[in-house]
Amino acid sequence: MNTTGNTEMMEIKKKMTVKEFLIRYNAILILAALIIISAILSPVFLSTQNIFNLLRQNTPIMLIAMGMLLVVLTGGIDLSVGSIAAVAGMMISVSIVSWNWTTGFGIFMGVALTLIVGLALGAVNGAFIAFLRMPAFIVTLAMMTIGRGIAYLVTNGQPIRWPEGTGAQALLDFGSKGVGVVPWPVILGVAVLVVFWLLSKYTVFGRLVIATGSNQDAVTLAGINAKKYKFAVYAISGLMCALAGIVMTCRSGTGTPISGEGYELDAIAACVIGGASLSGGRGSVGGTIIGVLILALITNIMNLLSVPAYPQQIVKGIIILASVFVQSVSTKNQD
Amino acid sequence: MAYTHEVEMTDICKSFGGIAALEHVNFCADRGEVHALMGENGAGKSTLMKILAGAYSRDHGEIRINGEKKEINSTKDGRDAGISVIYQEFALAPHLTVAENILIDNLGEGKPVIDWNHLNRQARKILDWLGFGHIDVREKVENLSVAYQQVVEISKALSRNSSVLVFDEPTAVLASSEEKQLFKIIETLKGQGVCIIYISHRLSEIFAVCDKITVLKDGKNVDTVTTKDITEEQLVKMMVGRDLTEMFPPRNAKIGGVTMKVENLCCGKKVQDVSFEVREGEVLGINGLVGAGRTETLRAVFGADKKDSGTITLGGTPVQITSSKKAVSLGIGMLPEDRKKHGVLINQPIRVNMTLASLKELSGALGWINRKKEDEVIGDLVDKLKIKIGSIENDASSLSGGNQQKVALAKWLGSNCKILIFDEPTRGVDVGAKVEIYRIINQLAEEGASIIMISSEMPEIIGMSDRVLVMREGKVMGELNKNEISEENLIKLSMGVENI
Repeated sequence: MNTTGNTEMMEIKKKMTVKEFLIRYNAILILAALIIISAILSPVFLSTQNIFNLLRQNTPIMLIAMGMLLVVLTGGIDLSVGSIAAVAGMMISVSIVSWNWTTGFGIFMGVALTLIVGLALGAVNGAFIAFLRMPAFIVTLAMMTIGRGIAYLVTNGQPIRWPEGTGAQALLDFGSKGVGVVPWPVILGVAVLVVFWLLSKYTVFGRLVIATGSNQDAVTLAGINAKKYKFAVYAISGLMCALAGIVMTCRSGTGTPISGEGYELDAIAACVIGGASLSGGRGSVGGTIIGVLILALITNIMNLLSVPAYPQQIVKGIIILASVFVQSVSTKNQD
Repeated sequence: MAYTHEVEMTDICKSFGGIAALEHVNFCADRGEVHALMGENGAGKSTLMKILAGAYSRDHGEIRINGEKKEINSTKDGRDAGISVIYQEFALAPHLTVAENILIDNLGEGKPVIDWNHLNRQARKILDWLGFGHIDVREKVENLSVAYQQVVEISKALSRNSSVLVFDEPTAVLASSEEKQLFKIIETLKGQGVCIIYISHRLSEIFAVCDKITVLKDGKNVDTVTTKDITEEQLVKMMVGRDLTEMFPPRNAKIGGVTMKVENLCCGKKVQDVSFEVREGEVLGINGLVGAGRTETLRAVFGADKKDSGTITLGGTPVQITSSKKAVSLGIGMLPEDRKKHGVLINQPIRVNMTLASLKELSGALGWINRKKEDEVIGDLVDKLKIKIGSIENDASSLSGGNQQKVALAKWLGSNCKILIFDEPTRGVDVGAKVEIYRIINQLAEEGASIIMISSEMPEIIGMSDRVLVMREGKVMGELNKNEISEENLIKLSMGVENI
């Protein structure tokens, strides 16, 4: 009798830990499951080429998601990321094609100018939100529309094709080549991820961004200018969008005003799948990376299986819903 | 059969996270009776009433309403049993009309379409009955005065045919003329046989409206008495009940020169021409009723709210404190009143909370946090404050109220603040943690800090302060030196009696 009692106890205990395990690591488990399923369904999936292709394709969204994560950590939201990326793509294209900034120095200036434009647009968002206390949703929604308008206005909606063989070739090479099998954008992406991870975990800036999102009043009363941090995250988000816009355009060699559409939702989804709370104070770089990869894999696996685009969206939506559901269950358990 | 009480709570026990809030409490109240529930903050009055209303579930004990045993496990159960609570914070929808609010849980009377004429008539009937027929039932609640909002809240309770009405410090939000109206309503309700349970800290009110008094202390029954058989002094003794010297450890601080001087401070309606000074090693108590402008005054000093006029001098030099950031850089720290809203980051690790105000000192180039140094600082603070924690990586929400308060305090000990403002430092904290917080305050004063302590608790003000400033309606009513601090003087000043 006693032994059965004990086994029962142990089973209950084991069940609890399994449940806890599932809840805590749900994102990483979903990712692992997707990788396994992909590998089984398509022999091409695990090839080096496919994997690096996948990573290269998703570098821009990864960069945007990092900026978005900082915004989400403060309890805000940035809907303008896709539009700012498009503006950046047009900006760099205009500098190369229309202004003929194709010397080495010209390219450097073009990239710098583009990054400054992204930073500035983000700073405008931040100023309205942090200092004028307007709702982030509305401000960035307006910027989303304005940015898209600017991107179209530059060439009246026409794409700008970069000439090959000029100084712009360096940028095109950045988009298509790499060190050995590792593409340049992926190297850039990894470097940025490391910076953000260090930023969020080991610096005063990261700590206070999270603290501000957790309870802005308490942070202010601790003698800290919380608004400064709220402002900064939108500016950084703008900068990351510009970087993403440049990377995208380097890959295609064409500045198109429609690029980056829908990126805001993918970036937010990535943060949330990775455990971030939209009310602020909770979220991690690691989780967001997993979130981006999950979204990328869903698309990739279905492309490999030639599933049409529309059902893909449905599956994506279900996965977002499922992971957020699991998280809401886990927070309830904590209470 | 024996006489049945309207409300009979027997052997009620309740604990939160291992800390007992109520231990074997008994409580009875009758129809047509106003029964006061008294005790210091944290004595368990509100907890007991929340159990009665179903907002908390009890760990042990039995509730009978009109002799009938009731299982009250949710607020809906409580309402169905005829119990309504009028909390200090009203549960009204400000954008809806008076009539809609009064009949909110039965708008259509079972029908899907609302009969507005009928609804308004019903609401008016209840208001008439209370003697407030002149309130327009079509008016939006947000346009009413606080007193009328309270009337709406009471009407809502009556629309549910409540036989038991609990008032949780109802006069805290009212002006004195409005208080009289409330007492009239209570008389009316009493005449109609409603059982009224009245929680308040104000002795004068208790003696004016209540028939019986039950006193709780530290979650236990002290006694139940008839009001006319007892004097105010006896009641206070019952409530305090413990030796004050034991609660408040002795302090050997040397009081030095003036560290901060505030002159003619004005900030909105709540702070009018306030002047005071505080000295090195001194604990300055600030007393007064809720709403007297104490918190507002110190928030303006701290730069959390913008002041309209007035000067602040630190160590002889006039300073402009335009933000709390500036205040902290000048060596002023503040522990806010509402711990969860302003004091701690409840969902962040204890580590983050403890070093929030001193990150600058703990970081190097590029804002890189020196974790080793941070761990040392936190270790010292945890020892010094005797904070009971599992790991500093756990969220602050895992701690008890007392330990949360210590964590909130810790962030100022780690910084170099020499003037510390404590706003209700022991609110919602159990007795043991209270004594420890008093010890910390003493230690800070002994190390030469200037402490400004806002408190509503008489024993705390009397036991801790070197000097007390009493405020009323935004003005300083008077200052009491150590030998003048007594409950009587404090009450007189805070009530606005001119001559001591």
